[in-house]
Amino acid sequence: MNTLNTTVTSEADMPDENVVPVQDEKPAETVIEEGKTVGRPFADDAKFKLRNVEVFYGEDRAIKNISLDIARNEVIAFIGPSGCGKSTFLRCLNRMNDSIDICRVKGSLQLDEQDIYDPKRDVVELRARVGMVFQKPNPFPKSIYDNVAYGPRIHGLANRKSDLDDIVENSLRKAGLWDEVKDRLDATATGMSGGQQQRLCIARAIAVSPEVVLMDEPCSALDPIATAKVEELIAELSESYTIVIVTHSMQQAARVSHRTAYFHLGHLVEVNETNKVFTSPEHQLTESYITGRFG
Amino acid sequence: MQPANLLLLTLVLAVVAYGLGYARSRALAMPLGGIRHLKSLPFYYGARAALWCGIPALVVLALWAAFQGKVIQVLVIGSLPPEMIPADEGSASLLLSKISNVASGALPPGFVEAPIVEAAERLKALRGQSRMLMTALVISVAVLAGFLGWLRIRPRINAREQVESILKWLFFACAALAILTTLGIIFSVAFETFRFFEKISFIEFFFGTSWSPQTALRADQVAAEGAFGMIPLFTGTLLISAIAMLVAVPVGLLSAIYLSEYANKRVRSVVKPLLEMLAGIPTVVYGFFAALTVAPFISDLAASLGIEASSQSALAAGGVMGIMIIPFVSSLSDDVINAVPQSLRDGSLALGATQSETMKKVIFPAALPGIMGGILLAASRAIGETMIVVMAAGLAANLTANPLETVTTVTVQIVTLLTGDQEFDSAKTLAAFALGAMLFLATLLLNVIALKIVRKYREQYD
Amino acid sequence: MTDQRSQAEIVRQSLKQRYRKERRFRAYGIAAIAVALAALVILFADIIGKGYAGFMKTTLTLDVQLDGEMMYLDDASDERQLKMADFVEPLVQALIKEVPSATESDRDAVRDLINPYASVTLRDALKANPEWLNTTRTMTFLAHTDVDVYVKHAGDEAYSIKLSEQQQAWVDQLQEQGVVETSFNDVFFENGDSRDPSKAGILGAVVGSLLTMFVTLILSFPIGVAAAIYLEEFAPQNKLTDFIEVNINNLAAVPSIIFGLLGLAVFINLFGMPRSVPVVGGLVLTLMTLPTIIISSRAAIKSVPPSIREAAEGIGASKMQVVLHHVLPLAMPGMLTGSIIGMAQALGETAPLLLIGMVAFIVDVPDGFFDSATVLPVQVFLWAGSPELAFIERASAAIMVLLTFLISMNALAIWMRKRLERRW
Repeated sequence: MNTLNTTVTSEADMPDENVVPVQDEKPAETVIEEGKTVGRPFADDAKFKLRNVEVFYGEDRAIKNISLDIARNEVIAFIGPSGCGKSTFLRCLNRMNDSIDICRVKGSLQLDEQDIYDPKRDVVELRARVGMVFQKPNPFPKSIYDNVAYGPRIHGLANRKSDLDDIVENSLRKAGLWDEVKDRLDATATGMSGGQQQRLCIARAIAVSPEVVLMDEPCSALDPIATAKVEELIAELSESYTIVIVTHSMQQAARVSHRTAYFHLGHLVEVNETNKVFTSPEHQLTESYITGRFG
Repeated sequence: MQPANLLLLTLVLAVVAYGLGYARSRALAMPLGGIRHLKSLPFYYGARAALWCGIPALVVLALWAAFQGKVIQVLVIGSLPPEMIPADEGSASLLLSKISNVASGALPPGFVEAPIVEAAERLKALRGQSRMLMTALVISVAVLAGFLGWLRIRPRINAREQVESILKWLFFACAALAILTTLGIIFSVAFETFRFFEKISFIEFFFGTSWSPQTALRADQVAAEGAFGMIPLFTGTLLISAIAMLVAVPVGLLSAIYLSEYANKRVRSVVKPLLEMLAGIPTVVYGFFAALTVAPFISDLAASLGIEASSQSALAAGGVMGIMIIPFVSSLSDDVINAVPQSLRDGSLALGATQSETMKKVIFPAALPGIMGGILLAASRAIGETMIVVMAAGLAANLTANPLETVTTVTVQIVTLLTGDQEFDSAKTLAAFALGAMLFLATLLLNVIALKIVRKYREQYD
Repeated sequence: MTDQRSQAEIVRQSLKQRYRKERRFRAYGIAAIAVALAALVILFADIIGKGYAGFMKTTLTLDVQLDGEMMYLDDASDERQLKMADFVEPLVQALIKEVPSATESDRDAVRDLINPYASVTLRDALKANPEWLNTTRTMTFLAHTDVDVYVKHAGDEAYSIKLSEQQQAWVDQLQEQGVVETSFNDVFFENGDSRDPSKAGILGAVVGSLLTMFVTLILSFPIGVAAAIYLEEFAPQNKLTDFIEVNINNLAAVPSIIFGLLGLAVFINLFGMPRSVPVVGGLVLTLMTLPTIIISSRAAIKSVPPSIREAAEGIGASKMQVVLHHVLPLAMPGMLTGSIIGMAQALGETAPLLLIGMVAFIVDVPDGFFDSATVLPVQVFLWAGSPELAFIERASAAIMVLLTFLISMNALAIWMRKRLERRW
């Protein structure tokens, strides 16, 4: 069982809010070379091993030859301007692109040394291991309890009602929602506030005990207070899960992630420790982006 | 002049009025220094004159054409010698058809009494007079109003605004026709229904279990009282509709689910129009199919299994009706299922649910209210369906739940009671209107509820 | 961590069963579609199987000796004589000549191979060509319905053959000789209804349908479009507008037979209009079709983007000018498409027309909007109710004609939607 860490991460653990890149030290790299990523794209203890990944939408090449490792129990943030392919890339990790007819994925994508896109690979099992939280909160129009219990029920994770109750309570606790909803588990989930809904979706995702949680701009539809709560939650969850988060907000990436990957027009330009990316980016484009020259 | 020709003539006059109005506005503009000094373009002055000319004339024409028949009938009846004036409407309509048959030459004058021949002559004369009067009146109204409109053309009046506001009112009248139609339906069934209940008691109609609408031909006849209990018709209608829904709901719903969730684009683009073709086939064709192919097949099949089945079984009519309704259920369900946001699908799939689990546990429950609305609409369709049951269900008003027996329905009885030759005042004909009123109320109720549910559902996801 | 592992194991174990369920669910969907499509195929196969023979007629080609003495006729231009003359005898004699085995005593049996209307055909021919009297002419006549059924359906158990064995042998022989032939059934397209199946045709019903549809079209299209324009462009947001909308939506779902009751009570009983005429049929169908046309026209108007309106309003066009000059032309393809579909519905409608008396047996082709008429679907209904299988055949053939009309109308609508409708 994952140990619950209820202490709030202190300010000191977070990278500095006002990260300003060092201006006098100009980044060495200025052009994008396909397939080349500056920084540290590879890791020793890799949960995901992704090599030469390309994604096509019909004729369009949305992801261009990306190679990356995602380490066990790390929080990695994908940043980059809109349309740079970060969400597309994220959706490859649990094959959510499958439902789009014209989408094709090439290259080698491995989860624990096993190929994700192997035709024999079971997508249901994969998704049970790699959960996902979406941009807009999407609770089912059911009760709060049924939302969280949905995953365990379909996968047969609980034999008894009491087991299910435990899973629901644990998941809601982990999502920091238990105290707010314990008295109204039967209330319909669509009546909650946006922030609560998104935390419910996180609770729903972790109720099936995934190994990885993919988050696609989880806070983009939330107000600052709700965002802070979700970010706190991410920090806690990082103890037991591998988390991949796509975000539009550089501050958020800086606050929650261990490593940050910068995407640009389908290329993975730079990957490095988060504070390195934000203080001394090695690539010209990364610097331009984080200093707000485009985005 | 024939009303159709008169209509054409009026339109021609309106065009003439347009031309004259156009010319006059230009002529008036000349001394002022060109059409720039008119308030509106000459086109609008012309159009204004045309509307002045056409609208009053058309109104007169429509009113005259609508009421002349009735007025002439009353006048003809009134001119008969007092002893021949019919006491009730039934005999009046018989008498009238006799008179008009004599007038049209279908019935030789030698076969009827002298006053009727006279009345026929009078009818002919009245018809001729009415036609002449109508022609004269319509033409004079058109010319007079057109002339007035033409005369009143002034450079300073805003013809465009006037024309536009007349047009707007015309458009409104067209839209309000929907209210008029509803009112027409309500009054036409309500009036006769009240008269029906003057003859037959509420209790007998609503709770009677026997239906045999024979009324005595002569007052002294016995054993021809007629029974007007609508329960067997009601249950018959329900039985056939229920069979239809049993066919249509599973087939329609499952095909909609398959098409929206599993089928690829190519399959969808072929199968969907084919399914919709089922909705485009006229009901008389389904009736033909049910009566001449399905019903004999069912009774033969039952006979070979040693079961007795009527050759006009409820199963045949209901089954074929179900096929007809499949596309209603499937296209309504398709709309509703597609309205469920993609994010719910993604949410479920991302948790590792299979497509069928997502469908059964997330999408279907979310879409359920909308689907229910669709099913109610389909049910109202089944209840009101006429031709299939007229051709394939029987006339025998059996009170049974056995789908292999013959039952009859409300719509079948309406058609049967109103297509024979009979006077318009008997309990039989009035019963048809009472049944029509029940049918209207039932379908109206179903439709209102269904539309409300569907609208509420749509709002939920908009 | 161990928890995640064991859970993954549980998931893996449950998969087999869950995929079985998935496949079963998919199979249900495919089965449902198969059922619906099978019904469609069976329906069409059944109609075509029953009706294709209706497009064929059986004829007798005879060398008729127009002997004036035999016909009691000495001047073929005399109307009175023509009325009295015997036109059956020359036909019978001509046929007996073709059947060597028949004797004078088989006269009646031979006569029964000839269609009762053949004598009318002969009389009309003679009336048109009085000089043919006392010559021998090779002419083609309709065979009797019983012969028609025998020729088309010998060996089909569903049809009872009414010819005697001897007559059957004759017909077989005549077929070999080329006297009895089947050819394209032009009679079916050139005649009105008849008591005799081989003489019955759909022309009367088709013309009746066209007249009725014409009335429906010229009323429902302008009224429907005007109502849609009002509701989309001019109607204020108030109770009255809401009420109109509720009415339209409900009328769209009112059973068609109710419109028949309305027509009977208002047009026929209240206004005293005649029964069975295309005008009343057209009025009833107009009221029935209007909601469909209004709803589709409104959708077409809605799809015209506001930028077009704003552009026109921006240069000072009045609201009415914006609508008539810009919105209406752009929405027209959509409106036409909706109207064609509405007209197709009206063309196939039967029930309300039964109530206003368009169900009478009418032989003549109607020649005006106020002439008694029937329509194609009602003709199908009338023939389908006949106990004679030859009429059922005609009913199926009429259905094929009706469906051809409907399918072409719908195809036209689809084509128009593809070709003309703009995507914004």
